[in-house]
Amino acid sequence: MVETSYYLILAAIIFSIGATGVLLRRNALIIFMCIEMMLNSVNLTLIALARQWGNLEGQIFVFMIMAVAAAEVAVGLAILIANVRHRQSINIDEINLLRW
Amino acid sequence: MDTALLTENAVALLPEIVLSAGVMVLMIFDILRREQNGASSLAGLSIAILLLGIGASLFIWGRPPAEYMEGAVSDGFALSVRLVVLIAGVLGVLLSRNYLPAIERQGGAFYSLQLLAVIGMMLMGTATNLIVLFIALEIFSLALYILSGFYRESPRSIEAAMKYFLLGAFASTFFVYGAALLYGAGGSAHYARIHETLSAGAGNPSLVMPGIALLLVGFGFKVSLVPFHMWTPDVYQGAPTPVTAFMSVGTKAAAFAGFFRLMMTALPSYQSQWALPLAILAVLTMTVGNLTALRQSSVKRMLAYSSVAHAGYILIALVAGTASASSAALFYLFTYAFMNVGAFAVIIAFEKRVGNENDVEQSDLAGIADRSPALAAAMAVFMLSLSGIPPLAGFFGKFMVFKAAVEAGWAWLVVIGVLNSAVSAYYYLRVVVAMYFQQAEEGGEAKELDALPDSRSPHFVVTVAAVAVVVIGLQPGLWVDLMRGLGQ
Repeated sequence: MVETSYYLILAAIIFSIGATGVLLRRNALIIFMCIEMMLNSVNLTLIALARQWGNLEGQIFVFMIMAVAAAEVAVGLAILIANVRHRQSINIDEINLLRW
Repeated sequence: MDTALLTENAVALLPEIVLSAGVMVLMIFDILRREQNGASSLAGLSIAILLLGIGASLFIWGRPPAEYMEGAVSDGFALSVRLVVLIAGVLGVLLSRNYLPAIERQGGAFYSLQLLAVIGMMLMGTATNLIVLFIALEIFSLALYILSGFYRESPRSIEAAMKYFLLGAFASTFFVYGAALLYGAGGSAHYARIHETLSAGAGNPSLVMPGIALLLVGFGFKVSLVPFHMWTPDVYQGAPTPVTAFMSVGTKAAAFAGFFRLMMTALPSYQSQWALPLAILAVLTMTVGNLTALRQSSVKRMLAYSSVAHAGYILIALVAGTASASSAALFYLFTYAFMNVGAFAVIIAFEKRVGNENDVEQSDLAGIADRSPALAAAMAVFMLSLSGIPPLAGFFGKFMVFKAAVEAGWAWLVVIGVLNSAVSAYYYLRVVVAMYFQQAEEGGEAKELDALPDSRSPHFVVTVAAVAVVVIGLQPGLWVDLMRGLGQ
Protein backbone atom coordinates (compact mmCIF):
# COMPACT_ATOMS: atom_id res chain seq x y z
CA MET A 1 0.00 0.00 0.00
CA VAL A 2 1.38 3.37 -1.02
CA GLU A 3 1.85 5.76 1.86
CA THR A 4 -0.56 8.68 2.16
CA SER A 5 2.20 11.25 2.10
CA TYR A 6 3.05 10.41 -1.50
CA TYR A 7 -0.47 11.26 -2.56
CA LEU A 8 -0.39 14.45 -0.57
CA ILE A 9 2.88 15.52 -2.15
CA LEU A 10 1.60 14.68 -5.64
CA ALA A 11 -1.56 16.70 -4.94
CA ALA A 12 0.51 19.61 -3.64
CA ILE A 13 2.58 19.56 -6.83
CA ILE A 14 -0.54 19.55 -9.02
CA PHE A 15 -2.03 22.36 -6.94
CA SER A 16 1.13 24.43 -7.37
CA ILE A 17 1.19 23.85 -11.12
CA GLY A 18 -2.41 25.02 -11.29
CA ALA A 19 -1.73 28.08 -9.14
CA THR A 20 1.30 28.99 -11.26
CA GLY A 21 -0.84 28.68 -14.34
CA VAL A 22 -3.47 31.02 -12.94
CA LEU A 23 -0.82 33.61 -12.16
CA LEU A 24 1.12 33.36 -15.42
CA ARG A 25 -1.36 32.63 -18.19
CA ARG A 26 -3.31 35.47 -19.76
CA ASN A 27 -6.10 33.52 -21.41
CA ALA A 28 -9.18 33.41 -19.21
CA LEU A 29 -10.13 29.93 -20.43
CA ILE A 30 -6.72 28.52 -19.56
CA ILE A 31 -6.93 30.19 -16.15
CA PHE A 32 -10.26 28.53 -15.74
CA MET A 33 -8.77 25.13 -16.55
CA CYS A 34 -5.98 25.73 -14.08
CA ILE A 35 -8.54 26.43 -11.36
CA GLU A 36 -10.25 23.15 -12.18
CA MET A 37 -6.90 21.42 -11.91
CA MET A 38 -6.38 22.92 -8.46
CA LEU A 39 -9.80 21.70 -7.36
CA ASN A 40 -8.98 18.21 -8.59
CA SER A 41 -5.73 18.18 -6.67
CA VAL A 42 -7.80 18.98 -3.58
CA ASN A 43 -10.02 16.01 -4.45
CA LEU A 44 -6.95 13.79 -4.61
CA THR A 45 -5.85 15.08 -1.21
CA LEU A 46 -9.26 14.36 0.27
CA ILE A 47 -9.45 10.84 -1.09
CA ALA A 48 -5.97 9.98 0.14
CA LEU A 49 -6.80 11.31 3.59
CA ALA A 50 -10.17 9.56 3.62
CA ARG A 51 -8.41 6.29 2.94
CA GLN A 52 -5.91 6.97 5.69
CA TRP A 53 -8.64 7.70 8.21
CA GLY A 54 -10.89 4.97 6.96
CA ASN A 55 -14.03 7.12 6.94
CA LEU A 56 -16.28 8.42 4.23
CA GLU A 57 -16.47 12.11 5.06
CA GLY A 58 -13.57 12.93 2.77
CA GLN A 59 -15.20 11.16 -0.13
CA ILE A 60 -18.49 12.95 0.47
CA PHE A 61 -16.53 16.20 0.47
CA VAL A 62 -15.12 15.24 -2.96
CA PHE A 63 -18.61 14.84 -4.39
CA MET A 64 -19.60 18.21 -3.02
CA ILE A 65 -16.53 19.81 -4.59
CA MET A 66 -17.42 18.25 -7.94
CA ALA A 67 -20.95 19.60 -7.74
CA VAL A 68 -19.70 23.05 -6.82
CA ALA A 69 -17.11 22.94 -9.61
CA ALA A 70 -19.84 22.15 -12.11
CA ALA A 71 -21.90 25.12 -10.90
CA GLU A 72 -18.82 27.28 -11.05
CA VAL A 73 -18.20 26.29 -14.67
CA ALA A 74 -21.74 27.26 -15.60
CA VAL A 75 -21.46 30.67 -13.99
CA GLY A 76 -17.91 31.26 -15.16
CA LEU A 77 -18.52 30.46 -18.81
CA ALA A 78 -21.60 32.67 -18.82
CA ILE A 79 -19.58 35.59 -17.48
CA LEU A 80 -16.83 34.83 -19.98
CA ILE A 81 -19.26 34.90 -22.90
CA ALA A 82 -20.82 38.14 -21.70
CA ASN A 83 -17.32 39.57 -21.56
CA VAL A 84 -16.46 38.39 -25.07
CA ARG A 85 -19.60 40.16 -26.37
CA HIS A 86 -18.12 43.44 -25.17
CA ARG A 87 -14.52 42.94 -26.06
CA GLN A 88 -14.12 40.08 -28.56
CA SER A 89 -11.24 38.83 -26.47
CA ILE A 90 -10.59 36.61 -23.49
CA ASN A 91 -7.19 38.02 -22.72
CA ILE A 92 -7.35 39.23 -19.14
CA ASP A 93 -4.79 41.97 -19.77
CA GLU A 94 -7.45 43.75 -21.79
CA ILE A 95 -9.84 43.82 -18.87
CA ASN A 96 -8.69 47.16 -17.62
CA LEU A 97 -11.52 49.66 -17.45
CA LEU A 98 -11.41 49.74 -13.69
CA ARG A 99 -8.08 50.86 -12.35
CA TRP A 100 -6.98 52.72 -9.28
CA MET B 1 -33.89 5.73 6.01
CA ASP B 2 -34.46 6.86 9.53
CA THR B 3 -36.64 9.91 9.13
CA ALA B 4 -36.46 10.77 12.80
CA LEU B 5 -32.77 11.55 12.30
CA LEU B 6 -33.58 13.89 9.44
CA THR B 7 -36.18 15.90 11.29
CA GLU B 8 -34.50 15.96 14.68
CA ASN B 9 -33.41 19.52 15.38
CA ALA B 10 -34.43 20.54 11.87
CA VAL B 11 -36.03 23.55 13.53
CA ALA B 12 -32.48 24.77 14.11
CA LEU B 13 -32.35 25.60 10.41
CA LEU B 14 -35.84 27.07 10.22
CA PRO B 15 -34.80 30.48 8.80
CA GLU B 16 -32.74 28.81 6.07
CA ILE B 17 -35.59 26.41 5.28
CA VAL B 18 -38.09 29.27 5.09
CA LEU B 19 -35.87 31.20 2.72
CA SER B 20 -35.11 28.21 0.51
CA ALA B 21 -38.80 27.48 0.13
CA GLY B 22 -39.37 31.17 -0.48
CA VAL B 23 -36.82 31.28 -3.31
CA MET B 24 -38.62 28.44 -5.07
CA VAL B 25 -41.95 30.20 -4.69
CA LEU B 26 -40.34 33.36 -6.04
CA MET B 27 -38.95 31.61 -9.11
CA ILE B 28 -42.27 29.92 -9.87
CA PHE B 29 -44.10 33.20 -9.37
CA ASP B 30 -41.67 34.83 -11.79
CA ILE B 31 -42.52 32.28 -14.47
CA LEU B 32 -46.28 32.41 -13.93
CA ARG B 33 -46.78 36.15 -13.75
CA ARG B 34 -47.96 37.98 -16.82
CA GLU B 35 -45.44 39.82 -18.94
CA GLN B 36 -44.23 43.11 -17.44
CA ASN B 37 -46.86 43.00 -14.76
CA GLY B 38 -45.88 42.48 -11.22
CA ALA B 39 -42.21 43.43 -11.54
CA SER B 40 -42.47 45.38 -8.33
CA SER B 41 -44.55 42.65 -6.73
CA LEU B 42 -41.44 40.48 -7.10
CA ALA B 43 -39.62 42.89 -4.85
CA GLY B 44 -42.54 42.85 -2.45
CA LEU B 45 -42.55 39.06 -2.40
CA SER B 46 -38.78 38.96 -1.79
CA ILE B 47 -39.12 41.35 1.11
CA ALA B 48 -41.98 39.28 2.52
CA ILE B 49 -39.81 36.16 2.32
CA LEU B 50 -36.92 37.92 4.04
CA LEU B 51 -39.25 39.20 6.75
CA LEU B 52 -40.52 35.64 7.20
CA GLY B 53 -36.89 34.64 7.62
CA ILE B 54 -36.45 37.29 10.31
CA GLY B 55 -39.66 36.02 11.93
CA ALA B 56 -38.32 32.45 11.86
CA SER B 57 -35.07 33.64 13.44
CA LEU B 58 -37.01 35.39 16.18
CA PHE B 59 -39.13 32.27 16.61
CA ILE B 60 -36.11 30.12 17.51
CA TRP B 61 -34.67 32.94 19.63
CA GLY B 62 -33.97 31.84 23.17
CA ARG B 63 -34.11 28.14 22.45
CA PRO B 64 -31.15 26.12 23.66
CA PRO B 65 -28.53 25.67 20.94
CA ALA B 66 -29.42 22.75 18.73
CA GLU B 67 -27.24 21.08 16.14
CA TYR B 68 -28.59 19.59 12.97
CA MET B 69 -26.88 16.41 11.73
CA GLU B 70 -23.38 17.49 12.76
CA GLY B 71 -23.51 20.15 10.11
CA ALA B 72 -25.10 23.32 11.37
CA VAL B 73 -25.90 24.70 14.78
CA SER B 74 -28.41 27.29 15.79
CA ASP B 75 -27.09 29.28 18.71
CA GLY B 76 -26.98 32.94 19.65
CA PHE B 77 -23.97 33.57 17.45
CA ALA B 78 -25.69 32.08 14.40
CA LEU B 79 -28.83 34.00 15.22
CA SER B 80 -27.19 37.39 15.25
CA VAL B 81 -25.32 36.66 12.02
CA ARG B 82 -28.66 35.74 10.48
CA LEU B 83 -30.19 39.01 11.62
CA VAL B 84 -27.34 41.10 10.20
CA VAL B 85 -27.48 39.28 6.87
CA LEU B 86 -31.27 39.40 6.65
CA ILE B 87 -31.31 43.13 7.42
CA ALA B 88 -28.69 43.70 4.72
CA GLY B 89 -30.84 41.58 2.40
CA VAL B 90 -33.99 43.58 3.03
CA LEU B 91 -32.16 46.87 2.51
CA GLY B 92 -30.53 45.48 -0.64
CA VAL B 93 -33.86 44.43 -2.15
CA LEU B 94 -35.39 47.80 -1.30
CA LEU B 95 -32.50 49.50 -3.09
CA SER B 96 -32.81 47.27 -6.16
CA ARG B 97 -36.51 47.89 -6.57
CA ASN B 98 -36.09 51.03 -8.65
CA TYR B 99 -32.63 50.32 -9.86
CA LEU B 100 -33.60 47.28 -11.92
CA PRO B 101 -36.21 48.97 -14.16
CA ALA B 102 -33.70 51.73 -14.76
CA ILE B 103 -31.17 49.27 -16.17
CA GLU B 104 -34.00 47.47 -18.00
CA ARG B 105 -33.81 44.27 -16.13
CA GLN B 106 -36.51 41.97 -14.92
CA GLY B 107 -36.32 41.21 -11.27
CA GLY B 108 -37.04 37.49 -10.97
CA ALA B 109 -33.54 36.13 -11.37
CA PHE B 110 -32.05 39.07 -9.54
CA TYR B 111 -34.11 38.69 -6.39
CA SER B 112 -33.80 34.90 -6.42
CA LEU B 113 -30.03 35.21 -6.56
CA GLN B 114 -30.05 37.79 -3.82
CA LEU B 115 -32.10 35.53 -1.58
CA LEU B 116 -29.82 32.58 -2.40
CA ALA B 117 -26.86 34.70 -1.39
CA VAL B 118 -28.62 35.48 1.88
CA ILE B 119 -29.16 31.75 2.49
CA GLY B 120 -25.49 31.01 1.88
CA MET B 121 -24.43 33.81 4.20
CA MET B 122 -26.75 32.62 6.96
CA LEU B 123 -25.42 29.08 6.60
CA MET B 124 -21.87 30.39 7.03
CA GLY B 125 -22.77 31.53 10.51
CA THR B 126 -24.33 28.21 11.47
CA ALA B 127 -21.83 25.80 9.90
CA THR B 128 -20.07 23.40 12.26
CA ASN B 129 -18.72 21.25 9.51
CA LEU B 130 -16.07 21.95 6.89
CA ILE B 131 -18.26 20.60 4.10
CA VAL B 132 -21.19 22.84 5.08
CA LEU B 133 -18.84 25.78 5.44
CA PHE B 134 -17.47 25.27 1.94
CA ILE B 135 -20.89 24.84 0.36
CA ALA B 136 -22.28 27.89 2.15
CA LEU B 137 -19.32 29.92 0.94
CA GLU B 138 -19.88 28.80 -2.63
CA ILE B 139 -23.64 29.38 -2.53
CA PHE B 140 -23.27 33.04 -1.77
CA SER B 141 -20.12 33.51 -3.86
CA LEU B 142 -21.66 32.10 -7.03
CA ALA B 143 -24.77 34.20 -6.54
CA LEU B 144 -22.67 37.31 -6.06
CA TYR B 145 -20.53 36.64 -9.16
CA ILE B 146 -23.70 36.73 -11.25
CA LEU B 147 -25.20 39.69 -9.41
CA SER B 148 -22.10 41.83 -9.87
CA GLY B 149 -22.34 41.28 -13.63
CA PHE B 150 -26.08 41.71 -13.75
CA TYR B 151 -25.95 44.94 -15.72
CA ARG B 152 -24.84 43.13 -18.86
CA GLU B 153 -24.83 46.19 -21.12
CA SER B 154 -22.28 47.93 -18.95
CA PRO B 155 -18.72 46.83 -19.77
CA ARG B 156 -17.75 47.82 -16.25
CA SER B 157 -20.29 45.56 -14.64
CA ILE B 158 -19.16 42.60 -16.74
CA GLU B 159 -15.56 43.42 -16.03
CA ALA B 160 -16.30 43.49 -12.32
CA ALA B 161 -18.01 40.10 -12.56
CA MET B 162 -15.09 38.68 -14.52
CA LYS B 163 -12.51 39.86 -12.03
CA TYR B 164 -14.59 38.80 -9.07
CA PHE B 165 -15.21 35.39 -10.56
CA LEU B 166 -11.65 34.55 -11.59
CA LEU B 167 -10.11 35.75 -8.33
CA GLY B 168 -12.95 34.33 -6.25
CA ALA B 169 -12.73 30.89 -7.80
CA PHE B 170 -8.96 31.00 -7.37
CA ALA B 171 -9.34 31.92 -3.69
CA SER B 172 -11.97 29.22 -3.18
CA THR B 173 -9.52 26.54 -4.24
CA PHE B 174 -7.14 27.69 -1.50
CA PHE B 175 -9.99 27.69 0.96
CA VAL B 176 -11.08 24.16 0.11
CA TYR B 177 -7.49 22.92 0.07
CA GLY B 178 -7.10 24.26 3.61
CA ALA B 179 -10.34 22.57 4.61
CA ALA B 180 -9.07 19.29 3.13
CA LEU B 181 -5.87 19.51 5.15
CA LEU B 182 -7.82 20.24 8.34
CA TYR B 183 -9.91 17.19 7.61
CA GLY B 184 -6.71 15.24 7.29
CA ALA B 185 -5.41 16.65 10.56
CA GLY B 186 -8.47 15.78 12.59
CA GLY B 187 -9.93 12.84 10.69
CA SER B 188 -13.33 14.48 10.51
CA ALA B 189 -15.03 17.40 8.87
CA HIS B 190 -16.90 18.17 12.08
CA TYR B 191 -15.31 21.01 14.10
CA ALA B 192 -15.83 19.54 17.56
CA ARG B 193 -14.41 16.17 16.56
CA ILE B 194 -11.38 17.80 14.92
CA HIS B 195 -10.76 19.54 18.23
CA GLU B 196 -11.28 16.29 20.14
CA THR B 197 -8.83 14.33 18.01
CA LEU B 198 -6.19 17.03 18.04
CA SER B 199 -6.37 17.73 21.77
CA ALA B 200 -6.12 13.99 22.46
CA GLY B 201 -2.76 14.10 20.70
CA ALA B 202 -3.96 11.95 17.81
CA GLY B 203 -4.33 12.93 14.18
CA ASN B 204 -1.80 14.73 11.99
CA PRO B 205 -1.02 17.99 13.80
CA SER B 206 1.58 18.82 11.15
CA LEU B 207 -1.25 19.48 8.70
CA VAL B 208 -2.95 22.08 10.93
CA MET B 209 -0.79 25.12 10.26
CA PRO B 210 -0.66 24.70 6.46
CA GLY B 211 -4.40 24.13 6.61
CA ILE B 212 -4.99 27.37 8.54
CA ALA B 213 -2.71 29.31 6.21
CA LEU B 214 -4.58 28.11 3.12
CA LEU B 215 -7.97 28.74 4.70
CA LEU B 216 -6.80 32.21 5.59
CA VAL B 217 -6.08 33.00 1.93
CA GLY B 218 -9.61 32.07 0.92
CA PHE B 219 -11.14 33.84 3.86
CA GLY B 220 -8.94 36.90 3.43
CA PHE B 221 -10.15 37.19 -0.12
CA LYS B 222 -13.81 37.07 0.85
CA VAL B 223 -13.54 39.80 3.48
CA SER B 224 -10.89 41.66 1.43
CA LEU B 225 -7.93 41.61 3.76
CA VAL B 226 -4.70 43.11 2.43
CA PRO B 227 -2.94 41.62 0.40
CA PHE B 228 -5.99 39.82 -1.00
CA HIS B 229 -8.03 43.00 -1.50
CA MET B 230 -7.14 43.96 -5.06
CA TRP B 231 -10.53 42.94 -6.44
CA THR B 232 -12.51 45.00 -3.92
CA PRO B 233 -12.44 48.51 -5.42
CA ASP B 234 -12.95 47.25 -8.97
CA VAL B 235 -15.89 45.04 -8.11
CA TYR B 236 -17.49 47.57 -5.78
CA GLN B 237 -17.24 50.24 -8.42
CA GLY B 238 -18.30 48.13 -11.37
CA ALA B 239 -21.13 46.14 -9.84
CA PRO B 240 -24.64 47.61 -9.71
CA THR B 241 -24.67 49.81 -6.61
CA PRO B 242 -27.47 47.95 -4.74
CA VAL B 243 -25.43 44.77 -5.15
CA THR B 244 -22.35 46.52 -3.83
CA ALA B 245 -24.25 47.76 -0.80
CA PHE B 246 -25.58 44.29 -0.05
CA MET B 247 -22.39 42.35 -0.62
CA SER B 248 -20.13 44.76 1.23
CA VAL B 249 -22.03 43.99 4.43
CA GLY B 250 -23.28 40.46 3.87
CA THR B 251 -20.03 38.91 2.67
CA LYS B 252 -18.12 40.40 5.57
CA ALA B 253 -20.60 39.25 8.20
CA ALA B 254 -20.80 35.74 6.73
CA ALA B 255 -17.12 35.15 6.16
CA PHE B 256 -16.10 36.55 9.54
CA ALA B 257 -18.74 34.47 11.29
CA GLY B 258 -17.71 31.30 9.48
CA PHE B 259 -14.04 31.80 10.18
CA PHE B 260 -14.66 32.83 13.78
CA ARG B 261 -16.61 29.68 14.54
CA LEU B 262 -14.10 27.46 12.79
CA MET B 263 -11.16 28.91 14.71
CA MET B 264 -12.91 28.96 18.06
CA THR B 265 -14.48 25.48 17.92
CA ALA B 266 -12.04 23.42 15.90
CA LEU B 267 -8.69 25.03 16.66
CA PRO B 268 -8.81 26.92 19.97
CA SER B 269 -5.63 25.21 21.16
CA TYR B 270 -3.74 26.77 18.27
CA GLN B 271 -4.80 30.30 19.07
CA SER B 272 -1.36 31.40 20.27
CA GLN B 273 0.00 30.39 16.89
CA TRP B 274 -2.52 31.99 14.58
CA ALA B 275 -3.14 35.18 16.56
CA LEU B 276 0.09 36.98 15.61
CA PRO B 277 -0.13 36.42 11.84
CA LEU B 278 -3.72 37.63 12.00
CA ALA B 279 -2.64 40.71 13.95
CA ILE B 280 -0.08 41.54 11.26
CA LEU B 281 -2.75 41.10 8.58
CA ALA B 282 -5.05 43.40 10.57
CA VAL B 283 -2.38 46.12 10.72
CA LEU B 284 -1.67 45.81 7.00
CA THR B 285 -5.37 45.81 6.13
CA MET B 286 -6.24 48.88 8.19
CA THR B 287 -3.22 50.87 7.06
CA VAL B 288 -3.28 50.09 3.37
CA GLY B 289 -7.07 50.44 3.24
CA ASN B 290 -7.10 53.83 4.87
CA LEU B 291 -4.07 55.26 3.08
CA THR B 292 -5.40 54.21 -0.33
CA ALA B 293 -8.86 55.54 0.46
CA LEU B 294 -7.28 58.97 0.97
CA ARG B 295 -6.38 59.19 -2.71
CA GLN B 296 -9.70 58.17 -4.24
CA SER B 297 -11.86 60.62 -6.13
CA SER B 298 -14.78 58.27 -6.80
CA VAL B 299 -17.00 57.94 -3.74
CA LYS B 300 -17.73 54.29 -4.46
CA ARG B 301 -14.03 53.46 -4.65
CA MET B 302 -13.40 55.42 -1.47
CA LEU B 303 -16.09 53.37 0.26
CA ALA B 304 -14.53 50.19 -1.15
CA TYR B 305 -11.18 50.99 0.41
CA SER B 306 -12.94 52.08 3.57
CA SER B 307 -14.57 48.65 3.69
CA VAL B 308 -11.11 47.11 3.40
CA ALA B 309 -10.08 49.15 6.42
CA HIS B 310 -13.18 48.10 8.33
CA ALA B 311 -12.33 44.45 7.66
CA GLY B 312 -9.07 45.23 9.45
CA TYR B 313 -10.88 46.62 12.50
CA ILE B 314 -13.13 43.55 12.71
CA LEU B 315 -10.12 41.29 12.33
CA ILE B 316 -8.83 42.75 15.61
CA ALA B 317 -11.73 41.01 17.33
CA LEU B 318 -10.74 37.71 15.76
CA VAL B 319 -7.15 38.23 16.95
CA ALA B 320 -8.39 38.76 20.51
CA GLY B 321 -10.49 35.62 20.15
CA THR B 322 -12.47 35.89 23.38
CA ALA B 323 -16.20 35.57 23.93
CA SER B 324 -16.55 39.32 24.45
CA ALA B 325 -14.57 39.91 21.26
CA SER B 326 -16.96 37.73 19.29
CA SER B 327 -19.98 39.64 20.54
CA ALA B 328 -18.12 42.90 19.84
CA ALA B 329 -17.51 41.78 16.26
CA LEU B 330 -21.19 40.95 15.86
CA PHE B 331 -22.18 44.33 17.22
CA TYR B 332 -19.71 45.98 14.85
CA LEU B 333 -21.17 44.14 11.87
CA PHE B 334 -24.67 45.05 13.02
CA THR B 335 -23.83 48.76 13.03
CA TYR B 336 -21.77 48.43 9.86
CA ALA B 337 -24.80 47.00 8.04
CA PHE B 338 -26.75 50.19 8.57
CA MET B 339 -24.06 52.79 8.01
CA ASN B 340 -22.53 51.17 4.94
CA VAL B 341 -25.77 50.28 3.17
CA GLY B 342 -26.98 53.77 4.06
CA ALA B 343 -23.95 55.39 2.46
CA PHE B 344 -24.39 53.37 -0.73
CA ALA B 345 -28.10 54.22 -0.75
CA VAL B 346 -27.20 57.91 -0.75
CA ILE B 347 -24.88 57.29 -3.70
CA ILE B 348 -27.71 55.57 -5.57
CA ALA B 349 -29.88 58.60 -4.94
CA PHE B 350 -27.09 60.80 -6.27
CA GLU B 351 -26.23 58.79 -9.34
CA LYS B 352 -27.29 61.10 -12.10
CA ARG B 353 -28.22 58.47 -14.52
CA VAL B 354 -28.43 55.01 -13.17
CA GLY B 355 -25.61 52.91 -14.44
CA ASN B 356 -21.97 52.82 -13.72
CA GLU B 357 -20.68 55.05 -16.48
CA ASN B 358 -21.52 58.06 -14.39
CA ASP B 359 -19.63 57.42 -11.24
CA VAL B 360 -20.29 59.82 -8.38
CA GLU B 361 -17.09 61.78 -7.83
CA GLN B 362 -16.40 63.63 -4.65
CA SER B 363 -16.43 66.89 -6.59
CA ASP B 364 -19.99 66.10 -7.66
CA LEU B 365 -21.03 66.35 -4.05
CA ALA B 366 -19.95 69.99 -3.72
CA GLY B 367 -22.77 72.12 -2.44
CA ILE B 368 -25.24 69.24 -2.34
CA ALA B 369 -26.41 70.35 1.08
CA ASP B 370 -28.24 73.32 -0.44
CA ARG B 371 -30.15 71.25 -2.95
CA SER B 372 -30.82 68.02 -1.08
CA PRO B 373 -30.50 68.91 2.58
CA ALA B 374 -32.02 65.66 3.87
CA LEU B 375 -29.77 63.39 1.81
CA ALA B 376 -26.73 65.46 2.70
CA ALA B 377 -27.56 65.26 6.39
CA ALA B 378 -27.99 61.50 6.18
CA MET B 379 -24.70 61.14 4.28
CA ALA B 380 -23.00 63.21 6.97
CA VAL B 381 -24.39 60.88 9.63
CA PHE B 382 -23.07 57.82 7.78
CA MET B 383 -19.65 59.37 7.17
CA LEU B 384 -19.27 60.45 10.80
CA SER B 385 -20.43 57.03 11.97
CA LEU B 386 -18.02 55.21 9.64
CA SER B 387 -15.15 57.29 10.93
CA GLY B 388 -16.17 56.38 14.48
CA ILE B 389 -17.17 59.72 15.93
CA PRO B 390 -19.36 59.48 19.06
CA PRO B 391 -22.21 59.31 19.77
CA LEU B 392 -23.04 57.47 16.54
CA ALA B 393 -23.32 53.70 16.13
CA GLY B 394 -19.94 53.29 14.43
CA PHE B 395 -18.14 54.66 17.47
CA PHE B 396 -19.58 52.05 19.80
CA GLY B 397 -18.80 49.23 17.38
CA LYS B 398 -15.16 50.26 17.27
CA PHE B 399 -15.10 50.94 20.99
CA MET B 400 -16.38 47.44 21.82
CA VAL B 401 -13.88 45.74 19.52
CA PHE B 402 -10.96 47.78 20.83
CA LYS B 403 -12.02 47.21 24.42
CA ALA B 404 -12.20 43.44 23.94
CA ALA B 405 -8.78 43.49 22.29
CA VAL B 406 -7.20 45.47 25.16
CA GLU B 407 -8.68 43.04 27.66
CA ALA B 408 -7.13 40.18 25.71
CA GLY B 409 -3.73 41.92 25.87
CA TRP B 410 -3.47 43.35 22.38
CA ALA B 411 -2.95 46.99 23.39
CA TRP B 412 -0.40 47.74 20.63
CA LEU B 413 -2.82 46.54 17.99
CA VAL B 414 -5.53 48.81 19.39
CA VAL B 415 -3.16 51.79 19.30
CA ILE B 416 -2.59 51.17 15.59
CA GLY B 417 -6.33 50.78 15.14
CA VAL B 418 -7.07 54.11 16.80
CA LEU B 419 -4.39 55.87 14.75
CA ASN B 420 -5.96 54.41 11.63
CA SER B 421 -9.34 55.67 12.71
CA ALA B 422 -7.89 59.15 12.95
CA VAL B 423 -6.51 58.88 9.42
CA SER B 424 -9.85 57.64 8.12
CA ALA B 425 -11.64 60.65 9.61
CA TYR B 426 -9.82 62.76 7.02
CA TYR B 427 -11.40 61.20 3.96
CA TYR B 428 -14.82 60.72 5.52
CA LEU B 429 -14.95 64.33 6.65
CA ARG B 430 -13.77 65.47 3.23
CA VAL B 431 -17.12 64.27 1.89
CA VAL B 432 -18.97 66.21 4.59
CA VAL B 433 -16.90 69.31 3.87
CA ALA B 434 -17.61 69.01 0.16
CA MET B 435 -21.32 68.73 0.77
CA TYR B 436 -21.64 71.59 3.21
CA PHE B 437 -18.83 74.06 2.66
CA GLN B 438 -18.08 73.97 -1.06
CA GLN B 439 -19.96 75.57 -3.87
CA ALA B 440 -21.08 73.60 -6.87
CA GLU B 441 -18.88 74.34 -9.86
CA GLU B 442 -20.03 77.29 -11.88
CA GLY B 443 -20.34 77.11 -15.64
CA GLY B 444 -20.89 73.40 -15.95
CA GLU B 445 -24.48 72.39 -15.69
CA ALA B 446 -25.40 71.55 -12.18
CA LYS B 447 -25.99 67.82 -12.06
CA GLU B 448 -29.61 66.93 -11.98
CA LEU B 449 -30.10 64.94 -8.83
CA ASP B 450 -32.83 62.61 -7.74
CA ALA B 451 -33.34 61.72 -11.36
CA LEU B 452 -34.53 58.21 -10.62
CA PRO B 453 -37.96 57.35 -11.96
CA ASP B 454 -39.22 56.78 -8.47
CA SER B 455 -36.65 57.58 -5.88
CA ARG B 456 -38.70 56.71 -2.85
CA SER B 457 -36.87 53.46 -2.26
CA PRO B 458 -33.37 54.81 -1.78
CA HIS B 459 -34.80 57.58 0.36
CA PHE B 460 -36.66 55.08 2.48
CA VAL B 461 -33.51 53.01 3.00
CA VAL B 462 -31.49 56.14 3.71
CA THR B 463 -34.01 57.20 6.34
CA VAL B 464 -34.18 53.79 8.00
CA ALA B 465 -30.40 53.45 8.07
CA ALA B 466 -29.82 56.97 9.37
CA VAL B 467 -32.39 56.55 12.12
CA ALA B 468 -30.86 53.19 13.06
CA VAL B 469 -27.35 54.65 13.21
CA VAL B 470 -28.50 57.47 15.47
CA VAL B 471 -30.71 55.29 17.68
CA ILE B 472 -28.05 52.63 18.17
CA GLY B 473 -25.62 55.43 18.93
CA LEU B 474 -27.89 56.98 21.54
CA GLN B 475 -28.87 53.71 23.16
CA PRO B 476 -25.80 51.51 22.68
CA GLY B 477 -26.25 49.63 25.95
CA LEU B 478 -29.45 48.03 24.79
CA TRP B 479 -27.94 46.63 21.59
CA VAL B 480 -24.65 45.72 23.16
CA ASP B 481 -26.47 43.65 25.78
CA LEU B 482 -28.52 42.07 23.05
CA MET B 483 -25.44 41.07 21.09
CA ARG B 484 -23.63 39.95 24.20
CA GLY B 485 -26.55 37.74 25.14
CA LEU B 486 -26.54 36.34 21.63
CA GLY B 487 -22.81 36.00 21.16
CA GLN B 488 -22.37 33.40 23.87
